[in-house]
Amino acid sequence: MSLLTDLINLNLSDSTEKIIAEYIWIGGSGMDMRSKARTLPGPVTDPSKLPKWNYDGSSTGQAPGEDSEVILYPQAIFKDPFRRGNNILVMCDCYTPAGEPIPTNKRFNAAKIFSHPDVAAEEPWYGLEQEYTLLQKDVKWPLGWPVGGFPGPQGPYYCAAGADKAFGRDIVDSHYKACLYAGINVSGINGEVMPGQWEFQVGPTVGISAGDELWVARYILERITEIAGVVLTFDPKPIPGDWNGAGAHTNYSTKSMRNDGGYEIIKKAIEKLGKRHKEHISAYGEGNERRLTGRHETADINTFSWGVANRGASIRVGRETEKNGKGYFEDRRPASNMDPYVVTSMIAETTILWNP
Amino acid sequence: MAKMMVSPMQCQMGLPSKLVQGKPLLTSKMWNSLLLNAQKPKTKRGISTFKVLAARSENGIVPRLEDLLNLDTKPFTDKVIAEYIWIGGTGIDIRSKSRTISRPVEHPSELPKWNYDGSSTGQAPGEDSEVILYPQAIFKDPFRGGNNILVICDSYTPSGEPIPTNKRHRAAQIFSDQKVIDEVPWFGIEQEYTLLQTDVKWPLGWPVGGYPGPQGPYYCAVGADKSFGRDISDAHYKACLYAGINISGTNGEVMPGQWEYQVGPSVGIEAGDHIWCSRYILERITEQAGVVLTLDPKPIEGDWNGAGCHTNYSTKSMREEGGYEVIKKAILNLSLRHKDHISAYGEGNERRLTGKHETASINTFSWGVANRGCSIRVGRDTEKQGKGYLEDRRPASNMDPYVVTSLLAETTLLWQPTLEAEARAAKELQLQV
Repeated sequence: MSLLTDLINLNLSDSTEKIIAEYIWIGGSGMDMRSKARTLPGPVTDPSKLPKWNYDGSSTGQAPGEDSEVILYPQAIFKDPFRRGNNILVMCDCYTPAGEPIPTNKRFNAAKIFSHPDVAAEEPWYGLEQEYTLLQKDVKWPLGWPVGGFPGPQGPYYCAAGADKAFGRDIVDSHYKACLYAGINVSGINGEVMPGQWEFQVGPTVGISAGDELWVARYILERITEIAGVVLTFDPKPIPGDWNGAGAHTNYSTKSMRNDGGYEIIKKAIEKLGKRHKEHISAYGEGNERRLTGRHETADINTFSWGVANRGASIRVGRETEKNGKGYFEDRRPASNMDPYVVTSMIAETTILWNP
Repeated sequence: MAKMMVSPMQCQMGLPSKLVQGKPLLTSKMWNSLLLNAQKPKTKRGISTFKVLAARSENGIVPRLEDLLNLDTKPFTDKVIAEYIWIGGTGIDIRSKSRTISRPVEHPSELPKWNYDGSSTGQAPGEDSEVILYPQAIFKDPFRGGNNILVICDSYTPSGEPIPTNKRHRAAQIFSDQKVIDEVPWFGIEQEYTLLQTDVKWPLGWPVGGYPGPQGPYYCAVGADKSFGRDISDAHYKACLYAGINISGTNGEVMPGQWEYQVGPSVGIEAGDHIWCSRYILERITEQAGVVLTLDPKPIEGDWNGAGCHTNYSTKSMREEGGYEVIKKAILNLSLRHKDHISAYGEGNERRLTGKHETASINTFSWGVANRGCSIRVGRDTEKQGKGYLEDRRPASNMDPYVVTSLLAETTLLWQPTLEAEARAAKELQLQV
């Protein structure tokens, strides 16, 4: 056992220039993350200097068996918190051999939207609050819950400490430091209302980086739960009944919203979002209808509403923003299993490019 | 059996595997008393898996979470993690969440205000849920190490009013009164607490479905049959010293599974900040150990001690020549406000202050030298030297230190009884003042 530990933690910088790059991509369900590693001759910091690669799309539901190669284009580099040294994690997106983005590649369209001059000029910032639930392996029942039963009702668990209230903090804390090490802009963590549920926030990040950073943070989280022997789920309503669901509230602002007079811009943006409620909802995550019931700090899925400091609305504006006359707003509709490329680019598109 | 059980236990205590080769730290008996069902470890594992994170997992992966948890972030970033801590809606539940700060800070005023969802802690309605956190005191984070910090906060409405459960605000006002400042009030707080087994909520070390032998052998004792949970007490001691908390000692208490630590002497509002931060650190440690912390003042009914939070108190005048007279005058004031103090000294205290088990009855005010059956006890040293301090033995273990310390200061320094009331009380207590 100790020899294995030594080998895993071996510092290669003394013996070779070579580095290991873990290429990460999103699989056929739009939510499963895949990765494999390759050796590179020396350290790399610029994604454009990394070689394109390919993988077996027929094993991930993304290509037929007789034409199975899917091409990986490296898009963002992060430091590898598991291998350390000069080793890296590489966030990629997927293309056909002819250079077309495959259908599950949502990053391509998002990148187009974010490079539109009107959008780029507004410098869209995102703060993504990723909630998730930890499950016991084999039984798929939340961590800390008695098998065959339920814990006491919600109330004592939000931000709590104690062996009867907080389940799995080591996962959350090691994830925090691992992400800081990797270079991800993680801004905070907290224990959530349902026991066994946690949240971390990534941001503020500009444009396309929001999606890249959130996906790699999700990857690091799944690697950590793998080590811990615990199952990670991003299902938006893991336990039906009087238990909170899991969301991915998306905080958003543009340059105009952050400057004086921004509050009016915010109100206009919210109005536009109200007119495209159905389109957004359909892109905000599978199974969201089980979560957006109007109870448990959500707004009903069929109604669009907004309010200051109101956690029961679709869009919440903070009191600070209202007071200062500028700031940001929070779209509370996205589910925890949303695709950040889709959500971030759609909000930018509707509020900056679209006109009713 | 003992050896197999030891690895997860040792992980819970955060000890490296090398220490335990061949020499279990806990006997099977102690281990069995911690497990719900010692004969069937397999069923327990479903619930306990999260406690054995770094020790073993079933899919052949070498445990590496500890590396990440102990990662020293200083070499690659200036960023610091700040854990904001506040008191929730019951007045005794502690909540916290963390945020990244761009670089190390020295003073709480350099930290940004923050906010939290008050509707999830019983402190705000859902449609107006933001409660604002004001950072008030910084301590070093013993769990994350490096430059990372713990921040004690208090809670306000968006318009800047303290919310009803914010007791620190009023205490800070009392402690900034010039009369109080001049008297430099010192507090030494003796926090007692009880450890319970998870899932059964029965004290640590007690046989499930039964009782240990009667009290007597356990106070300050050693031995696997007398002392349960020392690792928690010891880890807490060092963690608090690291954090910068003014912890002055620990001891095992009269009831088995019960412990005490003392914080002090602290001046003014610090006493409250240090106690709350030490309680938070204690609950984080019991969380890791897989044991439940309770601050209930009478966890087990019957012939078992309760848990208190005796508060030792002195002012500049009490500590100087002639201080003993000042102490007696203070006790006189306290006797006239007994009901006001008792109602602020912790929920459920009436189950504890029975007049037995080293307490005074809740309805009677009494004082005495070296007398543990009184409301207020004065030490023999103080009597002999003619100066020193007094010990208020009435507060329960679940008291709010902001309330108790500021009330003591207020009653003895800012409040004056009428002359008739004073004379009457002096006669009853046989105090010539």
